[in-house]
Amino acid sequence: MAQVPKLEENSVSKTSSSPKSVTLRIARVNPKQNTEKKFMEFSIPYQRWTTVLEAILQVKKHFDHSVAVRYSCRQATCGSCGMIINGKPRLACFTKISELESNVVTVEPMNNFPIIRDLTVRFERLFDSHHKVKPFLIREDSEISSDEKEFLQSPEEVEQYIQFSNCIKCGLCNSACPTMATDSSFIGPQALAQAYRYVADSRDKGKDSRLKIIDDSHGIWRCHFAGSCSQVCPKGVDPAMGIQFLRGYLLGFRS
Amino acid sequence: MVNKLRESIIMKIHYGTALAAVALVAVHILMRLTQSFSESLEYANVIANYKFLPYAGMLEIILILLSIHGFNGLRVILLELKQGRGYEKAVSYGCLAGMIGLIAYGSRTIIMVNMGVV
Repeated sequence: MAQVPKLEENSVSKTSSSPKSVTLRIARVNPKQNTEKKFMEFSIPYQRWTTVLEAILQVKKHFDHSVAVRYSCRQATCGSCGMIINGKPRLACFTKISELESNVVTVEPMNNFPIIRDLTVRFERLFDSHHKVKPFLIREDSEISSDEKEFLQSPEEVEQYIQFSNCIKCGLCNSACPTMATDSSFIGPQALAQAYRYVADSRDKGKDSRLKIIDDSHGIWRCHFAGSCSQVCPKGVDPAMGIQFLRGYLLGFRS
Repeated sequence: MVNKLRESIIMKIHYGTALAAVALVAVHILMRLTQSFSESLEYANVIANYKFLPYAGMLEIILILLSIHGFNGLRVILLELKQGRGYEKAVSYGCLAGMIGLIAYGSRTIIMVNMGVV
């Protein structure tokens, strides 16, 4: 099934000065038809700023519109275009071909997620785990009924959790996690990082209930601290650090 | 009983037994250095060790610590390998039974020596 169609450089960008070309290998798989994973190859011209997502969209536009890929914002905000690019989980819209320093770019669906088709995967498990840790402020009063109108925080209090609130739920951390690969019940680094985000928030009063949720036989203790979740996070969330902080609460080192 | 224990309590026991075992095994190794390796393995010396109650007690504690730590480690590995309510229950109780069995077998040796059976 492999083929190497070439895209005319002029048809892509007439303003380009000296476009190079790269071989884009796209994984094609359809679990509904029980087909094995195959790779289709395309020769795509690119500029210094061309992203992997743009290259995939060029394939869809000029060669094969049936390539399944999920994307939306194209600016690393929506977390839709996570995939394995040259063996590493990355956002396709946030990865420039030039930074990969390779003549061949291989794109595959994310690991540890059920595949829908080609590069698209199901997010149900990630969202279920995310909901499980109660990703919202838990407290009796509300900003509407309180006299203060809004819950004030000092810059130091914001500093405690702000890094963890950058999560875009792209699933790259779960894709890179070695425990996720073997333990189908593991809550995952994304949910654990979000549990820490709310536990560390001075406005939140639901610490005990959240710690109870993650203190499970398939919860926080199954993390082996490989650190791959933090390595692949495109927003610098560092879930591995959040997990260690949460363990501190459970072991009594933090309160 | 095993399933009702919170995982954080189990892991505190896991880490605690590891730290305590490191300290006691270090003492055990230092005690072994008082004589040559082949000499320490001689039948009479082994029996003498078991009859010296403070040392035998320390060996018993090491046995308990390592059994708890080792079988909990095995439980964790097996839980990550496969999931399912029945399987997880079997693993938890199987490891508990293995732990008790090993401690009982090791204790039996010390008790038999001190009772003069060996």
